[in-house]
Amino acid sequence: MAISKETVRKMKGYTLHTIKTDKYKTNTLVWKMKAPLEKDTVTLRALLPNVLQSSTKRLNTTAKLRAYLDDLYGAHFYVDTAKKGEYHILTFTIEIANEKFLQDAEPLLQRGVEFLAEVLLNPHADGGQFDSQTVEKEKRVLKQRIQSVYDDKMRYASMRLIEEMCKGEPYALQANGVLDDVDAITPADLYQYYQKAIREDELDLFVTGDVDEDRLAAICECLRFPDREPTRAAARTLQKVSSVKKIKESQDIRQGKLNIGYRTNITFGDSDYFPLQMFNGIFGGFSHSKLFLNVREKESLCYYVASQIESHKGLMMVMSGIESANFDKAVSIIEKQLEAMKNGDFSEQEIGQTKAVIRNQLLESTDTSRGLVEILYHNVIAGTKTGVEDWIREIKAVGKGEIVKVAAKIEPDTIYFLSGMEGK
Amino acid sequence: METQQFSQLGETLYGETLDNGLKVYVLPKRGFNKTFVTFTTKYGSVDNTFVPLGKSDFVRVPDGIAHFLEHKMFEKEDGDVFQQFSRQGASANAFTSFNRTAYLFSSTDQVMKNLETLVDMVQAPYFTAQTVEKEKGIIGQEIMMYNDNPDWRLYYGLIENLYANHPVKIDIAGTVDSIAKITAEQLYECYHTFYHPSNMLLFAVGNVSPDEVLSFMRENQAKKKYEKAPEIKRRFPEEPAQAAEKEQKLHMNVQIPKCLVGVKALHTSQRGAEMQKNELVVNLLLDMLFGRSSDAYNALYNDGLIDTSFSFDYSQEQGFGFAMAGGDTKDPDLLAKRLKEVMIAAKEGKGLAEEALERTKKKKIGGFLRQLNSPEFIANQFTRYAFNDMNLFDVVPALEQIRFSDVLETAEAFFEEERFTVCQVLPK
Repeated sequence: MAISKETVRKMKGYTLHTIKTDKYKTNTLVWKMKAPLEKDTVTLRALLPNVLQSSTKRLNTTAKLRAYLDDLYGAHFYVDTAKKGEYHILTFTIEIANEKFLQDAEPLLQRGVEFLAEVLLNPHADGGQFDSQTVEKEKRVLKQRIQSVYDDKMRYASMRLIEEMCKGEPYALQANGVLDDVDAITPADLYQYYQKAIREDELDLFVTGDVDEDRLAAICECLRFPDREPTRAAARTLQKVSSVKKIKESQDIRQGKLNIGYRTNITFGDSDYFPLQMFNGIFGGFSHSKLFLNVREKESLCYYVASQIESHKGLMMVMSGIESANFDKAVSIIEKQLEAMKNGDFSEQEIGQTKAVIRNQLLESTDTSRGLVEILYHNVIAGTKTGVEDWIREIKAVGKGEIVKVAAKIEPDTIYFLSGMEGK
Repeated sequence: METQQFSQLGETLYGETLDNGLKVYVLPKRGFNKTFVTFTTKYGSVDNTFVPLGKSDFVRVPDGIAHFLEHKMFEKEDGDVFQQFSRQGASANAFTSFNRTAYLFSSTDQVMKNLETLVDMVQAPYFTAQTVEKEKGIIGQEIMMYNDNPDWRLYYGLIENLYANHPVKIDIAGTVDSIAKITAEQLYECYHTFYHPSNMLLFAVGNVSPDEVLSFMRENQAKKKYEKAPEIKRRFPEEPAQAAEKEQKLHMNVQIPKCLVGVKALHTSQRGAEMQKNELVVNLLLDMLFGRSSDAYNALYNDGLIDTSFSFDYSQEQGFGFAMAGGDTKDPDLLAKRLKEVMIAAKEGKGLAEEALERTKKKKIGGFLRQLNSPEFIANQFTRYAFNDMNLFDVVPALEQIRFSDVLETAEAFFEEERFTVCQVLPK
């Protein structure tokens, strides 16, 4: 087992996480900005990284900025927004070749860090506002991105489930923001919000690759921010489900999309989080799981059926694509599988398989810098210190009794079905 | 065992052709936990007309049969092989493309055991009338899932436009009607024709020892009886040079229109170094014209005609190939017009600069290094390259040799109005 070790160092206003490994041909910088997920800021936050990545004060057009990156052996630079529990996370990633595999020896890692500093600290702005053309362009693209969810019916059904299930909770918001709030944003509003985010967000930089930690920390001196005490999201409240909500909608599509949401009331950092991972694996996470075997293999009702957990909000989602006429049958088979889990109706073999597969999945994800950073970032969100080895040890130690206890906590909350229009 | 060293890349490749013709390659990756293995046959959806092993006449098999066969390889008399893989901590999968079917697993434990499971699974077909029937419902839902996906429909609609006769225009999974006709006998016939070891390649990459893999494979294959197979006879229809249809508009339940412009490839009989060079030149050309540092990309973006979903790509195979560019757009007709104008202008060298070529080559070299972080990329692409007599690890030297004149000549010959087509997805 070769798991790369994380070294953590407090920097000016942020935390530097270094993961030294010589297995990659590139070095990867992952910059994370975290703040509570809120209606008032979600659209500003969704727009901000897209404006920042378009141009800087020096590289003041996208063409110039991208040509500069091409010259750095095609440094791969992209931004992303996501929600983890009730936090809104902005991610800036730069993956850049390690010059030891190249004929010419330009110090690419250093160039990458300097570029990140330029994007974050020297944006294309003047007189307290961002370049207005850039903002208008990115507003248009953001609106199109928000709307495009509607066109991908699997994503759309997942989004609608969350909207219905978490109505009134911040988690019902989309990471891409609110369509109707985009137009009103001015270049000055966004700049003000940018300054606030730079001042108050919790900031983390993860670097994976063949790097020397001291040298890296010296290079990162060009990234300096004010010290801060990051804002925590409101504490989680136990969500009791009184009755299962059923939402049915129909559109002109060929296949019905069935999405069911459950409350697990278990989040990362809780003592039964690893038993929950085991529960999910036996129930629906894999191709040996109960859902796959019963809904797909036994009944041939679908091509895909799976469950997944949201680690920081305490949810589990089941999703499947079925013929609309089979709705009742599919729901009833899924319910039976949950019942079986609650009754402890699963074998030592299912437990063994699930442990082996989860262990494999964890180890495999540490082979990609993205996977490794995602595992480690759980700790930033939950305020924990769980390394990959801890994950593996904890999963191994889970017993059947704990899984049954977890099963007892899981409550169906909302059944969402987007049906086709056949027969209408 | 043959060894090839790529010192600038820090990689060493080990390979051997076994007595039954199976090619086996191993690329150890230091520091990785996982091993990724693909076992691939040079057989995909386009191979629908062929002479079955031991017969003398051509047969035409139902659309979607290669993909159907891929699904059925996982089921055996004593159950589902997915179960065994997960007991052994592996994650297994398979995919069918136009001209390949690949079976694969990745695992961080019991790698040799999983390798045995994979190879034995692929080399022991088991089809019955009942298991074949059962799969029809599952694959039917897979087809429906793709039918609802506008990006998928757009991409395959474009290919359908370009080709008049070649089976690349047929959906890989077939249709609900075409798969209804598939029988166990037909699956066996396809299997015996195309799954002979001499038509296959095994690639292992990751935390794995070349000696161990090769000696296991020698022994495993020596135990199995294979008659020497004659060369497989496939037949493809004549295909004109021009695009079959100028445009296609698909009306779907979407809010944002989508538009792709396609160009039908030249030179689809190329193989080896010649093919590798052509493929790289066209890819460089597209990147120079439409990459995010290009004039065209920025003009289209600034004019509100494209967003970050914009992409472009070129792929070339035996008998077919295509370039495409496009994405989500508020004005699909105008976008199509503008994209075509950029390509036509490039025939005269417009939008192409020597300095941009050097920059784009650097970008491609860096991109290749990034791809070498991925065991999946290495195994899949090495196999694809090998089936076309090319070597994946020649990409950097081949890129370095490309001259500006190559790009200009290719632009001149490639962008021809008669080979253009447009496919759009529009709101209902």
